[in-house]
Amino acid sequence: MMAMISCILKTKHKIFLAFLFSLAVTFGAQAQGESEQAKVATKGVEPGSTEGAQVGSADPAVIDAGAALFKNNCAVCHSAGSDVIVGPGLKDVQKRRKESWLISWVKNSQALIQSGDADAVAIYNEYNKQAMPSFAFSDDEIKSILAYVGSQADVAAATPTTVAGPEGAAPGENVGTDAIGAVGGYLDIVLVVLIVVLIVLVVTLLLISSLLKNYLNKNRDLNEDDKEVVNQRFDFSKVYKSKAVRTLVMLIFVVVLLDLALDKVMGIGIQEGYAPKQPIAFSHKLHAGDHQINCNYCHSTVYESKSASIPSANICMNCHSQIKKESPEIQKIYRAIERNKPIEWVRIHNLPDLAYFNHSQHTQVGGVECQTCHGPIQEMDVVYQYSPLTMGWCIDCHRETPLNTEGNEYYDNLVKLHEQSSKGAFTVASNGGTECSKCHY
Amino acid sequence: MQDRIKYWKGIEELDNTPEFAKHAHNEFPEFLPIGEGSGQESSATGKTHRRDFLKLLGFSVAAVSLASCEAPVRKAIPYLNKPVDVEPGTANWYATTYYLNGDYNSVLVKTREARPIKIEPNPTSALTPLGTSPRAQAAVLSVYDNNRLRTPLIKGKEAKWEQLDKELASKLGSVSGKVAFVSSTVISPSTKQLINEFGSRFGNFEHVVYDANSSSALLAANNGVVPGYDFSKANIIVGINADFLGTWLAPVIFAKQYIANRKVSADKKNMSRHYQFETIMSLTGANADIRVPIKPSEEHAVVSALYNAIMGGGAANVAGIDAKALANAVKDLKANAGKALVVSGSNDPSVQAMVAAINTALGANGTTIDAATPYFVKQGNDAQMLRLINDMNNGSVGAVFFYNANPAFDHPLADKVISGLKKVALKVSFAERNDETAMLADYVAPDHNFLESWNDYEPKKGYLSLAQPVLSPIFTTRQMQDSLLAWSGNATSYYEYIRNNWRKVLTGDFNKAWEKAVHDGVLQNGSSMLTVSSTFAPATIGSAAAKPAAGAIEAVLYEKVAIGNGTEANNPWLQEMADPISKATWGNYVTMSRKMSEDMQLVQGNVVKVTMANGKSIELPVLVQPGQAQGTIGIAMGYGHTIDSMPVAKGVGANAFPIASVVNNGIVYTSPVKIEKTSATSEIAQMQTHHTIMDRLVVQENTLAQYIKNPKEVTEYVRIATHEGPAKPSTVSLWDDYEYKNHHWGMVIDLNSCIGCGACTISCQAENNIPVVGKAEVLMRREMHWMRIDRYYSAVEHEEKDYATMEDPAENPSVIFQPMLCQHCNHAPCETVCPVAATMHSSEGLNQMAYNRCVGTRYCANNCPYKVRRFNWFAYSNNDKFDYTMNNDLAKFVLNPDVTVRGRGVMEKCSFCVQRVQLGKLEAKRENRRPKDGEIVTACAQSCPTDAIVFGDMKDAESRISKLLAREHGERAFHVLEELNVQPNVTYLTKIRNLA
Repeated sequence: MMAMISCILKTKHKIFLAFLFSLAVTFGAQAQGESEQAKVATKGVEPGSTEGAQVGSADPAVIDAGAALFKNNCAVCHSAGSDVIVGPGLKDVQKRRKESWLISWVKNSQALIQSGDADAVAIYNEYNKQAMPSFAFSDDEIKSILAYVGSQADVAAATPTTVAGPEGAAPGENVGTDAIGAVGGYLDIVLVVLIVVLIVLVVTLLLISSLLKNYLNKNRDLNEDDKEVVNQRFDFSKVYKSKAVRTLVMLIFVVVLLDLALDKVMGIGIQEGYAPKQPIAFSHKLHAGDHQINCNYCHSTVYESKSASIPSANICMNCHSQIKKESPEIQKIYRAIERNKPIEWVRIHNLPDLAYFNHSQHTQVGGVECQTCHGPIQEMDVVYQYSPLTMGWCIDCHRETPLNTEGNEYYDNLVKLHEQSSKGAFTVASNGGTECSKCHY
Repeated sequence: MQDRIKYWKGIEELDNTPEFAKHAHNEFPEFLPIGEGSGQESSATGKTHRRDFLKLLGFSVAAVSLASCEAPVRKAIPYLNKPVDVEPGTANWYATTYYLNGDYNSVLVKTREARPIKIEPNPTSALTPLGTSPRAQAAVLSVYDNNRLRTPLIKGKEAKWEQLDKELASKLGSVSGKVAFVSSTVISPSTKQLINEFGSRFGNFEHVVYDANSSSALLAANNGVVPGYDFSKANIIVGINADFLGTWLAPVIFAKQYIANRKVSADKKNMSRHYQFETIMSLTGANADIRVPIKPSEEHAVVSALYNAIMGGGAANVAGIDAKALANAVKDLKANAGKALVVSGSNDPSVQAMVAAINTALGANGTTIDAATPYFVKQGNDAQMLRLINDMNNGSVGAVFFYNANPAFDHPLADKVISGLKKVALKVSFAERNDETAMLADYVAPDHNFLESWNDYEPKKGYLSLAQPVLSPIFTTRQMQDSLLAWSGNATSYYEYIRNNWRKVLTGDFNKAWEKAVHDGVLQNGSSMLTVSSTFAPATIGSAAAKPAAGAIEAVLYEKVAIGNGTEANNPWLQEMADPISKATWGNYVTMSRKMSEDMQLVQGNVVKVTMANGKSIELPVLVQPGQAQGTIGIAMGYGHTIDSMPVAKGVGANAFPIASVVNNGIVYTSPVKIEKTSATSEIAQMQTHHTIMDRLVVQENTLAQYIKNPKEVTEYVRIATHEGPAKPSTVSLWDDYEYKNHHWGMVIDLNSCIGCGACTISCQAENNIPVVGKAEVLMRREMHWMRIDRYYSAVEHEEKDYATMEDPAENPSVIFQPMLCQHCNHAPCETVCPVAATMHSSEGLNQMAYNRCVGTRYCANNCPYKVRRFNWFAYSNNDKFDYTMNNDLAKFVLNPDVTVRGRGVMEKCSFCVQRVQLGKLEAKRENRRPKDGEIVTACAQSCPTDAIVFGDMKDAESRISKLLAREHGERAFHVLEELNVQPNVTYLTKIRNLA
């Protein structure tokens, strides 16, 4: 029941369409229903699959490790391309500098500058004498970051625009749902074509009938009765007065009214699309989209805790103590710090107290992307609630999503047992993920 | 097969009174009397008028349309500057120490977003690694008590610290006469040192230590310290009026030791034998194998009989005392020399001197008593305090400080304390609330709660522990030690002071060692810091005090497990905790034997006027207590607060401290009293007598002799008659069995280990946001505790033709405790009757309860054979009628954010701490591994001081529970009401008694 709510507007639209084109009632509704579901599914997968193209010579595992390190530590100031954020873009950095130089620079740039290294001093001066913090990475870790930067240059060459890629998503993981998505698109096209054909058909038929009528009137000698038949005049009042039509119209009216009422009632408390004005006009599009800052950088507990946590002002200050200091929006953060008053954001995602939700369960263990539930956050200037956050929506996903059991010893035996007893996918639900006490206690 | 033992929960069940019979068949009262006072016509008849209906309808429509408007704007406020180690949504644990009035617990405190929400035992501690006391469990609520002082007080008016410091500095400079620092026992080495340093500036300074429930005589007989008892090494334990498992000295430490030698298994078929001679039915007496009721006036005679028999070898005989039991005790003690221990709770130096001599003669020193590691948990000296009271009244005291001491309430000479204080020029109290003594003080410098403080402790020589703050002070309070430092003109903080002190005992790199000590909470390398100099006159063996006139009723003042001496009486969890023996909540009462109540024509609930020798009188209801010694009554201390700063405790019970009297410069907790019946009645809110067991086989016990003979015959298993002969009930089933692939959670409760202390019930309450409902609701049988400890009295039925047992079974019954909680049945009767499927089975064996699906039909509770479901008759949160823990913002901080606060009209029950199960699994998944055994434990199992509750995964063959079940299968393991074939996931182990 609740599951319908998530796509209620679209469904209604469909029903009207189906009603008007009564020929395609059943077919149309069905096809659209599936396509809508599939759309959600594909949207959920989309960002994960962007990182699928792994190019370059280095070991993918090393690149993955490097990607994580880069996104959590470097991406704030450096892009992997050629843009300058705070520090220089790192595209082709390995060609510009020696690896050993890079390693000592990352570990302690100030030491390198003080040692009088010409390149180091030049860079330091070029970027307004802004010191790069020291990182306690091992050599291997720095090499993995470099490997990642190198691989990004290749990716950039292959695909010019990349969406902020989440880490750790295995490519091709959601092949099944992707396939449904493709079928859904196909059905959409079939429907449109069908409607066009119908319209053409109606127009053709009308044309034919008018041609025939003209022909008969001109070229044939018709008796009175035949004339009456040919030159039938359409009497609208008859239609208007017809009991059947009246009943039908009333019925439609009542159904629409009921549908609207039900919609409204079921929608109480659901804030899908809720996009309140925030005290600071923070843009996720700019940070997560354009600058590709990893979600985890600010929402620092998203992999560890129940709560993803809203960043404290000191996290903003990591960058904004240097960047865009004069912006009036950023001035608000300074004021908050000066007055020692935390920033009061307006809460968008509200789960009722009776439901327990844990971010780390989904992100760390389940490997679910932020965008699956939060939508295309990297495109949102103003964040809105993308998902309905109803129980039906949760349960739907738990029923459909295969468990992320790869490499997790917890599930090893369970996967075996499942494979023995069932051919279906080992979904969250088949591991008890739809039981009450998984979320309500 | 064992003798048929008859169990009953209370006198009313034994007698099957009409009142009881009526209630027994009627779990819920017939109607819900919500309409208070006169009630309107409509609610009285139960019919709704048309107009009322329309009004309601209109209101509902309006409410729904309002709700459909824009949802209220909710704020999400992050930290401005996030502390490094606080992660929202993740718990942090800190090791600290709870110590109050002898009750020492090394604990771990769980904090969420920097708010403490739960206290658990510290497994690193050698003294209290297993569990905590109920009071330690409840202590987390006390920090959020709205009635603590928010600022210092000067002459009762709120003031600033600067002003107080300024005024005190000038007053302290010009103090004339003696300066006294009055405290209860201080086991903090640094605090003690600091108090002495603070006093050194005065010419005449004394640190007066007194305990409301004193052990002066014990200390006097043992050079000022509590002997290093080790109950785990004793084969024979004789207790004389010493409730060492419940309230005496250091009960949690003793319970752990005691139970070590009480657990039996097929590999270890021996256990200690415990004799208890006592007046009231105490928790310890309830656990004894042989319990003998004695009057307080017979105590001396009993101990001297033991003394003479052991020293001289004569026969022990005391008129009026069970001669067989006494002779057996002597025989056993002699036969187990070196493995025997005699303890007495008496405050008569002569008795304690004899006990010390008996222990020496039995060779206890070096075995059951470690002289090298005495306990410091009690140091109070009655004589010192009495002298101070006299000095105050003489006008020779110039200044007096009170720290953790409230003599105006809890001293038997409270009147003289009050009159004496009027003659003292400078009175300073460090009380956390404006208590009876603080109200008489000129200055109140409120101390931090222990959860806000740094401190160090040494409960036993060589066992140091630390306390660290787990939240920043809520109010503008200041730690007592910091106040002393400030007034001494010492600029260091108490934290630095402790650190400096600890340089003496920490080895290696100090900072590292210190951090480790703070992290562990304990330092057990044998180094000791506390110096205790005996201020006692040595105890000598003398003759008994004058006996009260024959026929006089002897009253005993005793301490209850929950309330203690009343310091924490404002804690609603403790007030509503059922007393382990009487099962009574909210208040004290006069316990008396059944015979006495019949002789005096009293029934339970009749209010009697108890007049003491000093002429004071109190009025309290009667509680008929099986096992109470004839001719005696017992009244609990700690009740009867009348002050506004204790709204929860205000007017609950009566102050019984005047029963204690001063004898020979010491305090005895007994006095002869007169009892008169009054016309009033006052119902006692008891918890357990609400249900009946209808003579069914619920608890099981047997004797050690039988267990040694054949462990397979100690437990009775019910068999169902089938056409193929008797069969196990589980073989005849209507239902399909569940298949558990992943986990199968289960619990084993060892009735032999459970001492009935009730720590688990409070732990459960704290963990699961269980509301406090108040006395009126408990009387209506609407308590909300998910876990209760059923206490059954028993006696062998008359068939045996043993004349001794043919006496009144209520005179001295055996007691057995049975923790009862949702049994998480595999074929749960509740699940099948729920019309909305709000309760159903999980794939891990849990019986789940979805509150937001429940519509409150209560069918499930009716169908539950164990009566463990609880119904929310009211909204207990944000409701002024239940102003306990969920009605103000501060107290709400104690709520566990991972557990729903239930609304009105829904059923609830034990969830096997599903939030912990889920979290434990999640942590394992995050680390790509299976959960480790022992990682996931329920709150009750974690806080049990005797390890009686084992929780774990029965699917994991290597888990402790699986091994235990395999070992005890067919021996002691049984399911309650097995014949119903509900197949519980909770298994009990038969209690074994080591009868003489």
